[in-house]
Amino acid sequence: MNVAQSLKDATVAALIAAVLFVPIVGLVLDGQDLVTHLPRAVILVAVVFGGRLLISMGVQTQLGRPLRHAAAALEQVWSRVGDVAGGKLAWFIAGLLLVLVAIPFLPSTTNYLIQILSLTLIYVLLGMGLNIVVGLAGLLDLGFVAFYAVGAYGYALLAAHLGLSFWASIPVAGLLAATFGCMLGFPVLRMHGDYLAIVTLGFGEIIRILLVNMVDFTGGPNGISAPRPTLFGLSFGRRPEAGEVAFHDFFGLDYDSSYRYIFVYLIILMFTVLAVWVFKRLREMPIGREWEALREDEVACKALGINHTTTKLSAFTLGATFGGIGGVFFAAMEGFLNPSSFTFLESAIILSIVVLGGMGSIFGVILAAVGITLLPELFREFEQYRMLVFGLAMVFVMVWRPTGLIRPGRRAFGVEGNGHGQ
Amino acid sequence: MANDAILTVEDVSIRFGGLLALSGISFRMERGSITAVIGPNGAGKTTLFNCITGFYRPTQGHIVLQGEHRRRRLDALPIHAIARLGVARTYQNIRLFAQMSAIENLLVAQRGMVNRNLIAGIFQTRAFRRAEAEAERRAWEWLAFMGLEGVANREAGTLPYGQQRRLEVARAMAGQPTLICLDEPAAGLNAQETVELNGLIRRLRDEFGVSVLLIEHHMGVVMKISDHVVVLDHGEVISDGTPDTVQNDPEVIKAYLGTEEEVPIVGASPGGA
Repeated sequence: MNVAQSLKDATVAALIAAVLFVPIVGLVLDGQDLVTHLPRAVILVAVVFGGRLLISMGVQTQLGRPLRHAAAALEQVWSRVGDVAGGKLAWFIAGLLLVLVAIPFLPSTTNYLIQILSLTLIYVLLGMGLNIVVGLAGLLDLGFVAFYAVGAYGYALLAAHLGLSFWASIPVAGLLAATFGCMLGFPVLRMHGDYLAIVTLGFGEIIRILLVNMVDFTGGPNGISAPRPTLFGLSFGRRPEAGEVAFHDFFGLDYDSSYRYIFVYLIILMFTVLAVWVFKRLREMPIGREWEALREDEVACKALGINHTTTKLSAFTLGATFGGIGGVFFAAMEGFLNPSSFTFLESAIILSIVVLGGMGSIFGVILAAVGITLLPELFREFEQYRMLVFGLAMVFVMVWRPTGLIRPGRRAFGVEGNGHGQ
Repeated sequence: MANDAILTVEDVSIRFGGLLALSGISFRMERGSITAVIGPNGAGKTTLFNCITGFYRPTQGHIVLQGEHRRRRLDALPIHAIARLGVARTYQNIRLFAQMSAIENLLVAQRGMVNRNLIAGIFQTRAFRRAEAEAERRAWEWLAFMGLEGVANREAGTLPYGQQRRLEVARAMAGQPTLICLDEPAAGLNAQETVELNGLIRRLRDEFGVSVLLIEHHMGVVMKISDHVVVLDHGEVISDGTPDTVQNDPEVIKAYLGTEEEVPIVGASPGGA
């Protein structure tokens, strides 16, 4: 048994724990005074030391062997999840869709749950958009929220000034965001990595600051209301405005506020599924391969006749379109917009979804979007420790799986073009 | 034969600040020939390649590609435009798309031969599927030609060095070029692999009619397979002719060996990468 190594590991773990716990738990602000509670920190550090030592020693004994095997088996099962999710389990996807469609109609479902699910789906949609830019084309974009904002405000403003309906706004706002994506694309074509990240970060902030300051146009910090979507002209309000017919009147139902949430949820579900499908196709198309090739080696791409300018621009533009459409749904769901919904934190969350999920992967990004929106809700019990747990979970994922939850497998090609053979 | 030049380099010079890296380079390359550019380290061989493929813009002079129908000046075109005219290249340091599979590397290279319509691709129309299947078939042919079918679905970056070299040549050929520029294809290969590579380069020319321009340190390779050798030293052409002529040119011997008389060029050990 390797006692020395175990002691070393435990000491390192204890040191890290000390760095974390002494300031967080050991120092407490009491009014104006700083009170030290060192014993609490020491106890926690001791627990970490003991725990780490026990685990190290434990795995090396006869008793620990099953534990080791279990860990290895778990790792193996997990590495398969990506392959399985890659397309072999069509029925699994169909089942999942069925459940997602059925959820709002279950008696125990609350409006709150439907809203959380809608938000999760919007994040999946945004994740797919950013996945094109970051995951496939390898362009680190820290200002993705700009396109989300353009889509959301586009919808609200088009409705307010031009009276455009929700359905007409989806393509128009998508195009608007695409135009912004293209506009951002031009100046950053020559940039890579860190420089690109900083410029996109700036772009995201410019859009937000414009929204705050163009008070006459956007309502500034007070925000702007976005119209509720309608179903073939049927509104979901309790008392429809003049000239409108209410959904519940038309179908002879009693008014229920949940109809509106369910309606928006189903639309978002439909478009998110569409977005995932489009992303999957894009990845397998020549343009998708070129994005990936550009990520791998720009110089070699050019020497194969690939125009890096148009290829990069197309990634930015398509990614932005996804973001813009996500924005329309966000506006339709919330009914009210203000610039504080589009801060840098939002960009960071979308980027974390892509990175945690596994760049370029579909299933991983969906999983990460679900995790990132649902976990903070589930951890509401922990109150102030909620964000700490959330952060810890992220750290653990990155330590355990540096390439993201699921590393996208490469498509397997069979001889003589039988597609997915082999 | 004398009038069918695929590539004409006329008085090309390039200056980097105070350094004249190439000075008045002129030579002609026959269509369907294997032409080697040799010279000591720092002679400007790769710089010349970079001028031909558009990575550098010559300070002075012309580079003309004679296509099937018309002549095109290459010295003012961007890299991707030159590639689309049918000039492909490989690199001294391999530049594969490391995280993509071998076959995907070959699919990317077929840019001009696939269906690039966005809508057709998203809905996978019949025409699109046919074009993709064709591209895959051609990719498999190239893998077979290079003996790489077994590793088609492996990530290019995980392949052994020799296979990566061959894959890079296959990728350059997959775009159906008329001129392929190989920058030290034998660098880092062992004796056996070098012999195989010689055979492959010959077959590229004989079976696909591509003209081959290559930079090589390995004199064994150069003397065995090339029809025409251009020798550079200090950014100038010091000799130009058949392997035999060049081999016995006193200027060449001087450049390689100082003033000694011995000619140990044939079968010399591979030069540095």
